[in-house]
Amino acid sequence: MLDIFTYSFIIRGFEAGIIIAVIAPLIGIFLVLRRYSLIADTLSHVSLAGVAVGLLLKVSPLITAIIAAVVSSLAIERLRLSKKVYGESALSIFLSGSLALAIVIISFAHGFSVDLFNYLFGSIATVKQIDVYIIAVLGVVVIALVLAFYKELIYITFDEESARVSGIPTKFINIVLIILAALTVSLSIPIVGVLLIAALIVIPVVTALQFKRSFKETILTAELISIFSVISGIFASFYLNLSPGGTIVLIALLIFVIVLSYKR
Amino acid sequence: MQVTHSDTIIELQEVSFSYTNEEVIKNVSLQAHRGDYVGIVGPNGGGKSTLVKIMLGLLTPQKGKVLLFGKDINSFKERYKIGYVPQKTYVELNFPITVEEVVSMGTFGKRGLLRFTTKSDMEKVHKALSEVGMFSYRDRLISNLSAGQQQRVFIARALASEPEVIFLDEPTVGVDVKTQKQFYNLLRKLNKQLDLTLVLVSHELDVVAHEATELGYINRTLEYYGDPEEFLKGSYFHELIGKGGVHA
Repeated sequence: MLDIFTYSFIIRGFEAGIIIAVIAPLIGIFLVLRRYSLIADTLSHVSLAGVAVGLLLKVSPLITAIIAAVVSSLAIERLRLSKKVYGESALSIFLSGSLALAIVIISFAHGFSVDLFNYLFGSIATVKQIDVYIIAVLGVVVIALVLAFYKELIYITFDEESARVSGIPTKFINIVLIILAALTVSLSIPIVGVLLIAALIVIPVVTALQFKRSFKETILTAELISIFSVISGIFASFYLNLSPGGTIVLIALLIFVIVLSYKR
Repeated sequence: MQVTHSDTIIELQEVSFSYTNEEVIKNVSLQAHRGDYVGIVGPNGGGKSTLVKIMLGLLTPQKGKVLLFGKDINSFKERYKIGYVPQKTYVELNFPITVEEVVSMGTFGKRGLLRFTTKSDMEKVHKALSEVGMFSYRDRLISNLSAGQQQRVFIARALASEPEVIFLDEPTVGVDVKTQKQFYNLLRKLNKQLDLTLVLVSHELDVVAHEATELGYINRTLEYYGDPEEFLKGSYFHELIGKGGVHA
């Protein structure tokens, strides 16, 4: 047996990492195709504010991050639908607003700077057993909801107007999608960190799109790229003593560059 | 199947609609019956597409009433009875989706939430694809098809819900003349052989007037609604040409 598996924190990292590798492209494909991938960045910064609150109150930062992301995602959708601001302006407001909040909380309660660094860039050592349980349960919820609303999600992504005509509750499905995005982003924080989540959600999908295959095949390709990036990233970061979040994203990026130049 | 042309499929009662302050649709009333092939024509900005969006419930008029199959549109639930071919001159090239995947969307509304696509849904999808002559293209990506072929796929998607009426919004935009002709032949076949009610929005007055059984000319108000032959013969047509209102 490889010596990597004798460390329990590495095993926890693999468990959490693989679940996230599975759900990230599943949500990512809908966000990318709807030109809405920036929401992943916004929700990750919102999650950072949640993490800061959790560290301040000394409760699980993962739970406060999930709450912050889900609540904000609903607020963003509401602001976007109100048409008082443009969609991307709503994203900017939440991105910078929550970052500002996070910074203020951090400066207010100085002392958790090391922990915070882990949440910014991801650290497998941060993943506690309870986190693995939370990620596993909510990961299953995300997969179940995507499967349950799969056909509606495809329809509104491809042609929202026709979906409405055919009687699909488009507003409800949009809310489901944005909550799923919020869950996926906040669950990914311990592994890839706030600043790198968007990459995990977007890059495998964009890479898979280069192959120009059917919707199902594109999702499967994105899954393979994502899972491969996470597993090989954790291995590489362990043996080469690198940051796992950064390594995972760089591997995904490398695959993207190879595919792009090969497909040209 | 016995077609009862007296069944009212769509009814508008004194409908007015405005996006801002100015009314783009003013006091429009009309009825379309089962088996009708309704052509809606009129100048650009005259409200053709707006009118169809009102009929579909995509826009809610400020005044007046919309009835579908005799029921108020707000309480109309049997949406699978409606097929829709949207105005789409350009299909997103990066969208990774096959012809079969697109057409199967037509069955989603009828199937309902939390229900998976069944074998009988796929049979409907294949039947619809055969109907429009696109069955052999089912595994191709929609982005690799010509504009005319894409349009047939969208018709197949509308057919897959086994509708009683199909709305088409400017379906021939970006399609060459030969393909257009085949397209109108297909619509005629659907109307005659499958007894489908059709509502076709188009800027091609001359073509539509020869294809449709009812013609509506809309320029904010419904200036004409009835027999296309009468329209072409009558003074309406010449007056409109005189005013420069017709985009033939």
